Amino acid sequence: MSNWHWQEGEYEVVRTCTWSPPGEHPVGWSLLLYIKDGKLHHVEGDPKNPLTQGRVSAKFLELPEYNNSPERIIYPMKRDPKYRGDGSKWERITWDEAYDIICKKTRQVQKDYGPESIMTFIGTGRDLWHTVPKITFSAFESPNFNYPHNGWSCYGPRSSICVYVLGAGYPELDYATAFPEKRYDDPNYTLSKVALIVGKNPLVSNPDGLFGHAIVDMLKRGTELIVVDPRVTWLASRAKFFLQLRPGTDAALFLSMCNVIIDEDLYDHEFCENWVYGFNEFAERCREYPPSLAAKITGVDEELIKATARYWAIEKPGSMTWGLAIDQKCNGIQTAHVVLLFCAIVGNLDVPGGVLLGGSDREAPTSWWGWDELDDSIKAKRIGAAEYPAVSTACSTTQPDMAMDAIATDKPYPIKMTFTMSSNPIACPAAQPEWVSKVMQRPDLNVFADLVMTPSCASYGDLFLPVASSGEKDGLVATHYGALTLFVAALVKGVQTGECKSDDEIMLDLGWRLNPSKFPWKSLHEFLTWELNGYGVEGTWEDLRDSETGFVTPAYEYEKYAYGLQTWNGEPGFGTPSGMVEAYCQRFKDWGDDPMPYYEEPPYSPVSTPDLFEKYPFVMTTGARSWSYFHSEQRHISDLRDMDPWPKVQMNPEDAERLGLHDKQWVWVENMLGKCREMLDVTPIVKPGVIMAKHGWWYPEKGPDDTGHGPFGVFDANINNLMPHDKFGKLGFGTPFKCMIANVYAAEGGPDFEAGWPKENNYLDFQKAEK
Amino acid sequence: MAEKPNMAEGMLIDYSYCTGCHSCEISCKQRFDLPSERQGIKIHKHGPIQNPDGSWELNYIPIPTEVCNLCADRRAEGKKARCEQHCQSFVIKVGPLDELVKLMSDHKKQVLYNVTSDKTLYEPQF
Ligand code: SF4
Ligand code: SF4
Repeated sequence: MSNWHWQEGEYEVVRTCTWSPPGEHPVGWSLLLYIKDGKLHHVEGDPKNPLTQGRVSAKFLELPEYNNSPERIIYPMKRDPKYRGDGSKWERITWDEAYDIICKKTRQVQKDYGPESIMTFIGTGRDLWHTVPKITFSAFESPNFNYPHNGWSCYGPRSSICVYVLGAGYPELDYATAFPEKRYDDPNYTLSKVALIVGKNPLVSNPDGLFGHAIVDMLKRGTELIVVDPRVTWLASRAKFFLQLRPGTDAALFLSMCNVIIDEDLYDHEFCENWVYGFNEFAERCREYPPSLAAKITGVDEELIKATARYWAIEKPGSMTWGLAIDQKCNGIQTAHVVLLFCAIVGNLDVPGGVLLGGSDREAPTSWWGWDELDDSIKAKRIGAAEYPAVSTACSTTQPDMAMDAIATDKPYPIKMTFTMSSNPIACPAAQPEWVSKVMQRPDLNVFADLVMTPSCASYGDLFLPVASSGEKDGLVATHYGALTLFVAALVKGVQTGECKSDDEIMLDLGWRLNPSKFPWKSLHEFLTWELNGYGVEGTWEDLRDSETGFVTPAYEYEKYAYGLQTWNGEPGFGTPSGMVEAYCQRFKDWGDDPMPYYEEPPYSPVSTPDLFEKYPFVMTTGARSWSYFHSEQRHISDLRDMDPWPKVQMNPEDAERLGLHDKQWVWVENMLGKCREMLDVTPIVKPGVIMAKHGWWYPEKGPDDTGHGPFGVFDANINNLMPHDKFGKLGFGTPFKCMIANVYAAEGGPDFEAGWPKENNYLDFQKAEK
Repeated sequence: MAEKPNMAEGMLIDYSYCTGCHSCEISCKQRFDLPSERQGIKIHKHGPIQNPDGSWELNYIPIPTEVCNLCADRRAEGKKARCEQHCQSFVIKVGPLDELVKLMSDHKKQVLYNVTSDKTLYEPQF
């Protein structure tokens, strides 16, 4: 019997693994697709997956609903740019016609303005962080690959800092991925004594390939947790040490914990002497942050800070996983720097049960794919690259705030065409979304490749390319976008929906038309085999699909720095200019910042803007994840929406009582930059004085046409109305999405009952005709 | 036809590790194609609340409803109960009560349900 395809009663069964769509990080849920009459009927988890072992998230159990949703766009369509914003003006077209429009415009822009006047947009976490760059650099031949999240505030800062400070790929928890047979019970695996979880709720978010519930597996076996979070998450409630800090103050906390470890002589002398560059200067710096000061800044008890630091230094090995909260602050680079040093100085880097690191043997297609072949004169035109070398050295993208400014002002040159693949800027990543939706009216042609009509495409899209979902495409999933490959697995197509194509197929189609010499593969499968081999796995994509589990976990080498596996030249050490872990980073100094970590107050805070804080007296964090949704997705899937029906803002009961507000009431969340309407969730999960507001909200049921609240009500619901454009750290990274200030007050109505918004949404009937 | 559950069987939940991930709820809901307001198993939440010693208590406890037939039909085919199969923390076990009760002395915070209903309210779809 085939390992991946069989008949079971009335069902055809196809085994696949998953990445996205639906939106998800490369967790690699292995699924059995149960197909009836050519449609996905239901899915079952595949117990043969060594990591998830048959477990499946609610989001992926809902794959049939997602794939078969009447909201899906399943045929290419176009709309005359003069009718942008009008949902009734879309017309169905063929793929050839769609590609002809793109190719014609590409040639015209290349000729009249230069290829740099084409900009691509990407979304976070998805399986196209090689696809979109390749389209940008090799098909359009433009240097402007853009992730439209202000301050590049997701993953980029953390992964860049690993390059600058460690010369290594992304760090991760050691959850026994290299031991697929026996996992945690393998004699060669060392269970972490302690796991540090910073600014992250991985049970819900499964970030960047980490299967969050692996932490529960570890807890059951005795790993203790240190959780640093402003909210009492489930993991926090199970932690031995829970440091409930004021949002945005992490760097002060970690500097003071390093101070305790160094002061009390609890650090790993051998490692620090041999492998930490600038250790003495760093020790001096830490002395500026005694626990008493950190307690004052962060609101965490001084004794708890000391006890946590001692425990971390003594109980080894300790592993670490860090979250988005690191990136979403102006002080993020320094925070990431000191968190890595907190791991390094006690000797936890790359030891068994410690912090895993990506090595130097990366050949997989990454976000730089195609860049090298661009002309130097084109490369030099990348927006924001010269101004922010800390961004452009490790990231292949623009500086996102500057990219949006360029579209708004035509400076340094106009942007005439955009190509957006799986990103929904005005509902999710972009600050000041109303302004962004106006700016995005400026290019002549805006192309979207997506699965449903989004507020962004409704507002400024001219061409819609329908994308295949998981279960509808052949592909690959690998953790950490090639920076730390803990597994690789095959995505297998079970059904075809409408005329949808996978992102990789769209890339190849465009490449073959626009610049065939840079796309030498004759077929999708030939390309996938090439990609697979780039991850260091031999054989063809078909071999992987046909194999017993369809899933491989490459061997992991610990302590690579000791064996010359962490440098490009094979010398022992780390892949940095000093060959060591850089506590003192000369490059930061050259780029105009402090070479060592420091704490800086968020730009809006009780301390830095006391006058504003009087008017907006809550410290606000945003963006906590939901079991139902991946960022701005899935609001149209009814089982998921039932679990989490409205955007919520969490507030401590003391504050609610004082303000006369009650649970489940609609409130305005407002500050000096804007406001949005959310539903109050009164809960002790946050401390008094702190609120957490959900992000990524829009209402698919409200229809695409602006009835005073933006397309699909997005400007009513989007918390990024309150976020600053053009406010990020000195090095070009980090907008304070996680540490703003705001006020909360009762709203008169709410989107659940307010009159004047259309209820039914029949504007794309022709998309549904043949379902 | 739905298999009737066996009175000697039940469901053990190790709620020290139930994270409230909803996979059990969705698994069951799909299995019976339940309307929006119905559940075959429903998570209940308690907390977070701070204890006098400073620690935090937060419990999620799933409770099977009268829809649940302990997946008798699936289990007869050699499959796991659907909620058990997909539970992200592996905290659900469906089986004979005498075997489940033995597992309870292993550690704290576990709850054992026996059969919830002798009626067939909804037909399982798969
Ligand atoms: S045992 Fe089966 S029927 Fe009962 S709750 Fe679980 S999935 Fe539903
Ligand atoms: S699936 Fe398991 S962990 Fe998730 S809510 Fe249900 S019982 Fe709890």
